[in-house]
Amino acid sequence: MADYTVKQTLDCSGLCCPMPVVKTKMAIKKLDVGDVLEMISTDPGAMPDMAAWARQTNHELLEAKDEGGDVYRFFIKKTH
Amino acid sequence: MAERKKLALIASQGTLDWAYPPFILASGAAAMDWEVAIFFTFYGLPLLKKDIKASVSPLGNPAMPMKMPFGPEGFQNINWPIPNIITSNIPGFEGLATSLMKKTFKNKGVATVQELRDMCVELEVQMIGCQMTMDVFGFKKEDFIEEAEIGGAATFLEFASDSNVSLFV
Repeated sequence: MADYTVKQTLDCSGLCCPMPVVKTKMAIKKLDVGDVLEMISTDPGAMPDMAAWARQTNHELLEAKDEGGDVYRFFIKKTH
Repeated sequence: MAERKKLALIASQGTLDWAYPPFILASGAAAMDWEVAIFFTFYGLPLLKKDIKASVSPLGNPAMPMKMPFGPEGFQNINWPIPNIITSNIPGFEGLATSLMKKTFKNKGVATVQELRDMCVELEVQMIGCQMTMDVFGFKKEDFIEEAEIGGAATFLEFASDSNVSLFV
């Protein structure tokens, strides 16, 4: 795994669609360009949803990890 | 940045279960930087009221699973077959079904309709109440949240005319 300097960690554990993408969007809005946001979700739907979210918003999904036991960890870089 | 995509939604249903799809799609799209408008008409209009009082109607809704939000997992997974004669004739059954659904949603981490609407407001989703329905059902603009605008078919169609996605819920 690559090493990222995480600016903020957003815990979306226990939250269902669409909250992980909505909360990610709100968190990203407050960061500076180049910052990396770490987001943790327990929603299996967040894997395809975060990939789609990144394609639509043009922010960079650096890594999407299935850590097992329904825990998913995402690293997103704010690009604009 | 490229031009923003647009989502145009019509929310025409006022039951708790049908209140979810427009707000989920709207907040999801707005989270992806899309421009979003929801046109609330007919039974969807009360979703603009300050306090959402939507309930779920099991009557005539045979596909609706009735689940218990408590007890062991096996018990919670049972779909209780409640015949229409009960759902339509027992007073208070609708209230019971509504509170069971709300509890189940809460247990599963689903946001409330109110919370989803707050997200939509925060993400600047445009919410338009149908003037004609307001007149018919006797709603006033003051009944609605401040962010609600009022319009008619032309208002919605103009927004929808160059939308990437248009859905009627």
